[in-house]
Amino acid sequence: MKPSLLWVAAFGAVLILLPQVIGSAYYVNLCSQILIAAILASSLNILVGFGGLTSLGHAAYAGTAAYFTVYLSAHAGFGYLAGAVMAVAGTTAMALLFGLLALRASGLGFLMITLALGQILWGIAYRWVSLTGGDNGLGGFTRPQPFGIDLADPAAFYYFALVVFGLALFAIHRFMHSPFGQSLQGTRDQPRRMSALGYNVRSIQLLSFVYAGFWGAVAGLLYAYYHQFVSPHVLHLTTSAETLLMVIAGGAGTLFGPVVGAALVVILKNVASAYIARWMMLLGAVFVAIVLFMPDGLVPGVSRLFRRFRNTRRTAMKNTEPDAAALPPTLGKRSA
Amino acid sequence: MNTAVLEIAGLNRFFGGLPAVQNVTLKVEAGERRLLLGPNGAGKTTLFNLIAGDLKPSSGTISLFGRDVTKLRTDQRTQCGVARTYQIITLFAKQTLAHNVVLSLLGLRKRRWNPFADLGAETALWERAREVLALVGLGHAADRPVLETSYGERRRLEIAMALAQDPKILLLDEPLAGLSADERFEVQRLLERIPRDVTIVMIEHDMDVALAFADRITVLQRGQIVVEGTRAEVVADPKTREVYLGH
Amino acid sequence: MHFYVMQGLNGLALGALLFILSAGFSLIFGLMRVANLSHGAYFMLGAYVGLTCIDRGYGFWAGVLAGGATVALLGGLVERLILRRLAGRPLQQVLVTLGIAFIIADACIWLWTGDPRPVPVPSGFEGVFRFQGFVFPKYRLFVVAVACALGLALWLLMERTRLGAMIRAGVDDMDMARAMGIRTSVLFTVVFCLGAALAGAGGVLAGPILSVYPGLDSDMLPLALVVVILGGVGSLGGAFLGSFIIGFIYSYGQALLPDLAYVILFLPMVLVLTLRPRGLMGRRTV
Repeated sequence: MKPSLLWVAAFGAVLILLPQVIGSAYYVNLCSQILIAAILASSLNILVGFGGLTSLGHAAYAGTAAYFTVYLSAHAGFGYLAGAVMAVAGTTAMALLFGLLALRASGLGFLMITLALGQILWGIAYRWVSLTGGDNGLGGFTRPQPFGIDLADPAAFYYFALVVFGLALFAIHRFMHSPFGQSLQGTRDQPRRMSALGYNVRSIQLLSFVYAGFWGAVAGLLYAYYHQFVSPHVLHLTTSAETLLMVIAGGAGTLFGPVVGAALVVILKNVASAYIARWMMLLGAVFVAIVLFMPDGLVPGVSRLFRRFRNTRRTAMKNTEPDAAALPPTLGKRSA
Repeated sequence: MNTAVLEIAGLNRFFGGLPAVQNVTLKVEAGERRLLLGPNGAGKTTLFNLIAGDLKPSSGTISLFGRDVTKLRTDQRTQCGVARTYQIITLFAKQTLAHNVVLSLLGLRKRRWNPFADLGAETALWERAREVLALVGLGHAADRPVLETSYGERRRLEIAMALAQDPKILLLDEPLAGLSADERFEVQRLLERIPRDVTIVMIEHDMDVALAFADRITVLQRGQIVVEGTRAEVVADPKTREVYLGH
Repeated sequence: MHFYVMQGLNGLALGALLFILSAGFSLIFGLMRVANLSHGAYFMLGAYVGLTCIDRGYGFWAGVLAGGATVALLGGLVERLILRRLAGRPLQQVLVTLGIAFIIADACIWLWTGDPRPVPVPSGFEGVFRFQGFVFPKYRLFVVAVACALGLALWLLMERTRLGAMIRAGVDDMDMARAMGIRTSVLFTVVFCLGAALAGAGGVLAGPILSVYPGLDSDMLPLALVVVILGGVGSLGGAFLGSFIIGFIYSYGQALLPDLAYVILFLPMVLVLTLRPRGLMGRRTV
């Protein structure tokens, strides 16, 4: 526990100093995009990593919240705060409805239903032109100025996103080690056993679905503030797939996996689009490669390597028994 | 005081037209030790699944503690006081033994819905889990992951998880299967120590242990009850012999 | 009256196309438990290949054959080289098929540019068929007939042939099928190729009605998924029923409430999932 706390502190310090170090507005903005993507990926991780519920429609929550907040604040005359609250509440309610439907099935059926629901939302955004502006999207939205801080400034926005990111990650960290989070992980591994132990598996999954939808909505809010514009693209299957890729590439079921995955995908996307126009193809290829060659994701893969490296060094130095690498994990790392 | 803990009436369950449990009517009294006997495929585990709620009956009713539970889900029946072990071990393999028992304890507590607290800090639960593990002789192994335990230890963990639920009725599906002679003896002693306010229904093939343990015995064949009675009655009944020798 | 009949015909034609697409999806899912998310991309790729064939002067029917064959070949390669390695891990398989769908979609833009391309109606099916004052485009009627013939052929294949018997055995119990000496490895490849071929040929057949454009894949895939969820996964009859239900609802929806056609699509799905989660004709939930 203690060394990991140290890591978190160091990581936090780097994130706080980042805008000072890089300076360039372009890269600060890129970092903001990563933070937003990381919140969305972390929220999906609640379902995929802890619940074993692979959703291919998670863009629905970010997208709906983004549409809601832009529409409410820029077109329906609500204030920023009211718009934001209503957007998150409305999206969370929608997550409840979608969860009720998708959890009628499990496994591949769940995946297909989430995908279909997500695509229906995309279709609404694309076709219901009078409300959503269709392919042109909804604009006319500007960043708010809470407490006189102008979020139009890249660094200010970065810190704003960082605070929300910190809150989200802390909440998900608590969730993952909480009785409820541990129950969810139990339903992932042994659903039948869990109901025999007195857990209502469907309620646990449904509440987790709603919780994931809530944090997805928060990410969508930031997305809307960042882009000051929303178009059907945010609801597209590609966005859902990118988000899922972040979770899987980084490491589903770990706290930092989706964050690393988000950084990777966002950077890759920006770098790639600067040189080639074939982002979709690259995305597809990365998808196939990750699934084939690194199904556990980067964070578990790398930390396994790191552990092995440390253990072999320790073995070499202290010359203890060669079984050191196979020592059982201690209580503190229970849910790693 | 002699009230029925489990009462089954006219229970049927078909799998694609084939009866797995047929017209079963059964009554188990409080504190009783009931043994279910029968050859493979007699419908014993299906009956357990029906009692626990993993399967819904095609027709018939199941009452627990005087309450009709036929329409209740598995978890709701567990909340009423049913606990079971499985024939095929289903544990949380990557977790420690203590964690497995903690999950079992948590299942009956309101705190299981808390998404912010730290489960690791729930010291009362962890202490209780260690106590229960000590009860089945696994106190020393509490911090080992299930993956690194032997088959016999897992069987005992299964029982520990069921006991942790403080059940009013305990369904044991072949608790001795696959154990060595020493382990059998240990588990047998463990079962004997369970207080009489817990009713036990057990499926077991080890006749010596099972017969010594049971108050009453129900013999099933092809989903139907063939013989039921006390130990002596069932052993003496020619139909029992028929079922077992296949005449 | 005229309007409803015409939209009804449009619904029939769309239903027919959806059936050709989802029959393959359903077949693959039923046997292999693979939710092939490349299916929409196969449909689009087939259409582009067919169009190229037609442009080169080989004619429409050669185009249908070429579209089907190309996609079948691709499907066979994917099954042999990739899906096979992930046997028993359905989730990984789905993700791979999604990745492949993206690659195909982008490759199509690369090769055929982003402009929508019309596909000419094959000769002999131009024009309309008049009956009692109604005007029916001949080609749409033809596509409906093709779908019905395909449904019948697939039914005969499943019920009356050795291959069908093997597929049914595999769907019911894979281990048992293996124990009976069925070479499931070959069977998987055959079924995957067949499903892919249907998607590819279906894409070309759809060309004169829907034309070919980037995004055709992601327009069709969710429709196919909704069809399968509605009809019941792995059920051919369910796919048939679901296709025409969705075809009608979508066509009428688009004509009457163009803004909300997609929302209306949502309703039958909600109903089925609430009342009968295994689908109208499905035997089990997935």
